[in-house]
Amino acid sequence: MVNTEVNLCGVRLKNPVVPASGTFGFGVEMAGCYDLNVLGGISLKGTTRDARFGNECPRIAETPSGMINSVGLQNPGIQAFVEQKLPMARKCFSGALIANISGFSVDEYVECCAKADAAPETDIIEVNISCPNVHGGGLAFGTSAKAAAEVTAAVKAVCRKPVFIKLSPNVTDITEIARACQDAGADGLTLINTILGMRIDIKRRKPVLANKYGGFSGQAVFPVALRMVNQVAHTCSIPIMGCGGVASAEDVIEMMMAGATAVQVGAENLRNPFVCKEITEKLPTVMESLGIESLTDIIGIV
Amino acid sequence: MKQSLYTIGSNVCVADKTWRMRLLGDTTELCRGGQFVDVAIAGRFLRRPIAATCWDEKGFDMIYKVVGAGTDEMSAMQPDTVLDVLTGLGNGFDSTLTRKAALVVCGGVGASPAFTLVKDLRAEGKEVTVVLGFNRECEVVLENEYRALGAQVVIATMDGSRGVKGLVTDAISAVKPQYDHFYTCGPKVMMKSVCETLEGQGEASLEERMGCGCGICYGCTCHTTKGPKRICTDGPVFSKEDIIW
Repeated sequence: MVNTEVNLCGVRLKNPVVPASGTFGFGVEMAGCYDLNVLGGISLKGTTRDARFGNECPRIAETPSGMINSVGLQNPGIQAFVEQKLPMARKCFSGALIANISGFSVDEYVECCAKADAAPETDIIEVNISCPNVHGGGLAFGTSAKAAAEVTAAVKAVCRKPVFIKLSPNVTDITEIARACQDAGADGLTLINTILGMRIDIKRRKPVLANKYGGFSGQAVFPVALRMVNQVAHTCSIPIMGCGGVASAEDVIEMMMAGATAVQVGAENLRNPFVCKEITEKLPTVMESLGIESLTDIIGIV
Repeated sequence: MKQSLYTIGSNVCVADKTWRMRLLGDTTELCRGGQFVDVAIAGRFLRRPIAATCWDEKGFDMIYKVVGAGTDEMSAMQPDTVLDVLTGLGNGFDSTLTRKAALVVCGGVGASPAFTLVKDLRAEGKEVTVVLGFNRECEVVLENEYRALGAQVVIATMDGSRGVKGLVTDAISAVKPQYDHFYTCGPKVMMKSVCETLEGQGEASLEERMGCGCGICYGCTCHTTKGPKRICTDGPVFSKEDIIW
């Protein structure tokens, strides 16, 4: 029997597989499709203080081996999130529930994180300082070490539960931002969010996305994500949730060898809604074939 | 929603750039006309959401238009090819909203999602007028199949090569069909015009570029009078009064 269990700042996950925020709704949407309790955790859809429609459609574009989205943080607002979405998610899932929080100001991050932290269903807070799809917020905090540290410190001051900061790959040196977050008290890091990209409809001579640019994700970004996780793992000592292009049990193991303690699966859920379940089923077999007894043994070995 | 493997029974060109594929396999999740399926195509990252035209216990048919590289590849697929398909997606039309007579207005391959609706309406003993609009005669699909269901079929073409010359709304003005509920599926501008012109209650089937097709990515959200709604899961069929064009 192999051991797939991992520990994220004291939160036990039966396996490292976590659907990434924005690719698994609020959990409940998938509850009718399979027993969610096979998952290690679920990172719920990103939430802001006020309800948001997000960007206009089209907000999805396909790319070779990936896709671009410009959803723009559609969500019902933090109040509805803690009062309705979190309890609904808890009803269908007993594992680690990750509340993903976005904001447009430090005050907004603080207010939302405090509310998510106070909710009994929340196990981990994931602070998104890297959404490429909203103007004047999100990413602005994730591309400056000073601003990232400011948000981290402010949020940490009001949270008792583990706080993970979700980092953007759209920076010159991700280790600088990662270190700033660690120094400001972050309990862990999630990386990477999507890479800013675009597609043009050459017949219409216009961007495919109504928002012009969007976040590029999917299998195509896996090597970039892996490299950044590895760089950060060698720079920081706090646990990492690796994210970006993960599509198989083998990818999960590769991401863990690069330095991740848990692994988020994002865009792949959109092409195969059952992929997280399939990965959890296949993980023990792949571990056995590679001579891995416990997943914790391979974290950051490269 | 169900994910299953299907074998292509047939895949034939039925009109200009328009194909009809029969897929053999599990149809237990298909229950209402207007629902769609999401087809995985090898080498393409996202699935292709396509309306199910009709189905039986052995399989289902879908009529699709070649609009890009993915559907172009689909049109070249041979019988016996196996496809991974999500079925039973979306809400579908509600035939019970019609008391005695329905008006069904479709544009282009929008003729496809309404087919099972009309089949159900006829099975419920209701009168149905189907107005099908196309750019030109070579695009006409499902005309005979709708007639075989006992519906009164009116064709409109923009160039006048078949039926009434002009828009579906011109055809409706010419025929003046009796109805107590209408349904529409086709290009957005057509459906907007139909919903703004026609009196009484109606339903329209919306379309948008989708990510997942099953409600988890929020990539296809539209504005409605009841707030943001996902076209894939809360729709694709919405009541006329809920839609904000």
